[in-house]
Amino acid sequence: MSVSGGTPAPVLVLAVGNPSRGDDAIGPELAARLEAAALPGVEVITEFQLQVENALDLVGRERVIFVDAGLDTPVPFELRRIEAVPEFLHTSHAISPEAVLATFARVQDGDAPECWVLCVRGESFELGEPLSGAAAAHLEAAWTALGRLLRPEFPA
Amino acid sequence: MSNFPLETAAHPEQLRRVVIEPVSRVEGHGKVTLLMDEDDHVQQARLHIVEFRAFEKFIQGRPYWEVPVMVQRLCGICPVSHHLAACKALDQVVGATQLTPTAEKLRRLMHYGQILQSHALHFFHLSSPDLLFGFDSDLAKRNIVGVAAEYPEIARQGVLLRKYGQEVIRHTAGKRIHGTGAVPGGVNKSLTAAERDELQKDVYQMIAWSREAVRLVKRLFEQDLENYRSFGTFEARTLSLVRADGAMDLYHGGLRAQHADGRTIFDHVDYDHYWDQISEEVKAWSYMKFPYLRVLGHEDGWYRVGPLTRVTRCDFIPTPLADRERREFMAFDEGRAAKSTLGFHWARMIEILHSAEAIKDLLHDDDLLGSDLMAGGERQARGVGVIEAPRGTLIHHYRVDENDQVARANLIVSTTHNNHAMNIAIREVAKKYLDGRKLTEGLLNHIEVAVRAFDPCLSCATHAIGKMPLEVQLVDAEGAVIDSLVRNSR
Repeated sequence: MSVSGGTPAPVLVLAVGNPSRGDDAIGPELAARLEAAALPGVEVITEFQLQVENALDLVGRERVIFVDAGLDTPVPFELRRIEAVPEFLHTSHAISPEAVLATFARVQDGDAPECWVLCVRGESFELGEPLSGAAAAHLEAAWTALGRLLRPEFPA
Repeated sequence: MSNFPLETAAHPEQLRRVVIEPVSRVEGHGKVTLLMDEDDHVQQARLHIVEFRAFEKFIQGRPYWEVPVMVQRLCGICPVSHHLAACKALDQVVGATQLTPTAEKLRRLMHYGQILQSHALHFFHLSSPDLLFGFDSDLAKRNIVGVAAEYPEIARQGVLLRKYGQEVIRHTAGKRIHGTGAVPGGVNKSLTAAERDELQKDVYQMIAWSREAVRLVKRLFEQDLENYRSFGTFEARTLSLVRADGAMDLYHGGLRAQHADGRTIFDHVDYDHYWDQISEEVKAWSYMKFPYLRVLGHEDGWYRVGPLTRVTRCDFIPTPLADRERREFMAFDEGRAAKSTLGFHWARMIEILHSAEAIKDLLHDDDLLGSDLMAGGERQARGVGVIEAPRGTLIHHYRVDENDQVARANLIVSTTHNNHAMNIAIREVAKKYLDGRKLTEGLLNHIEVAVRAFDPCLSCATHAIGKMPLEVQLVDAEGAVIDSLVRNSR
């Protein structure tokens, strides 16, 4: 089985979250805006949660930005460069962006792309809840930051 | 006082409490508590899983046709299982008593893709470090990176098996997530010839890797037979779906329940009135209910579901390579492996092989390219759908009102079916490995290994960055924390 197919867009935005769980919708909401913006050279993928096969989404990229909601994240968001960290949990439910990078290193010979995490502060994550007011404000700030990261001339 | 050994201690106030707890802000999380006396003997062991009971509220009041998409948001790890179980229930509501061949085969293809990718993730990335290096081996090595260093092909094959299963889902469900492929009464798209050809290209490789995985588990049993035979092992009654001829069928069948020795409790029962067979007990110490077989009552009627049950309690597997492996598994060590808790892993790999073979067979069936996608009939007010999800039997039950809105929903997930069985497993492990010994990370990992064999679903359809550590606390009789250990995630 081939690990990659075709020529991928140089930039990948990998947004994570469940749109039906309150502020966990931050990732999918930012992804939807980005898809509507249709920036050239930028592919957007949305997932419920990260898993090992997401490592294959990194193949052939120059830069990858993981977008997610976080509970203990500084307000309104945190943007940080990440490296591979082999951390795996006691369940098969999800892995971290750092663990996705570690998986990439295991299944690929080449260099990993430059990877960033844009973690946006969320407040409430109950099933069926809408986005909270605080999270909506954090999302706006994160949208501006994401735009600058993807295209410096992006309107603020 | 419970009749189950180690479920409830005689004098808990005099005991030390050990808590193994993944601290998660989401409602679905697990915790193990051990009460130890002053001589470090285990007096009580309990697994608490906080079952998420807001499923039903989330669904009630919604138009029924939205439900197969919505229920995928209940669980991020097995959304396809919920998608298909909901559709099976709502097939009855729209009067579709018999799907078209194209619709049923496309759903089956989607389901086998889900089983394959879920089992691959569990074995290759979650359990293989324990199994390959030992349950109390160096923690720094006991992770998937350690596996990759010493067994690079295993790690790689795990990722690619998982990816293949995801591709099957993408082509049949329409998307990677939030798929809409199955709808009440059928499916909304068939496979194109190009999609079929793409999946055909790699399926033989998947079968080959699946066979190697089965052999790998067999070698692990052979190398440490006594440990594998006895680890967390107990006698259990079982529940699963089987086809009318007794074959394994993960998509559809009748309910089969058996005693531990294989005697029939009931067989080929139509699940349409599952509540005549299964009831649920509430225990004060757990948020999760304890299902039991009505005919045996709540003390004796608990049972086990999932891969180990399905592989050992079907009469045969309807694909040749997997059935050959099933027979070998059943005969191995005079049948002891097929009764062992670690036999879950062997059974899971046999199901991966079966799924890969079933996918191959379906991909050579032209019905997948057909255009007759929908069936219908007389509208009904109620529907029940049951499917064998990766972790076990999954029940969806809906009542739909005259406005086409869901008036009532009831879901019994596989982890709930296995609640009692998992508790028995950790008590067996606690008795054998922890009793009278000073607790270490390696010993506590034995408890986790037993829980991991079942791969309980923790309802964590959200996972925001920040919280899913595993915390172990040693607390004295007064409740003061003496020591703690946190295995954290970023």
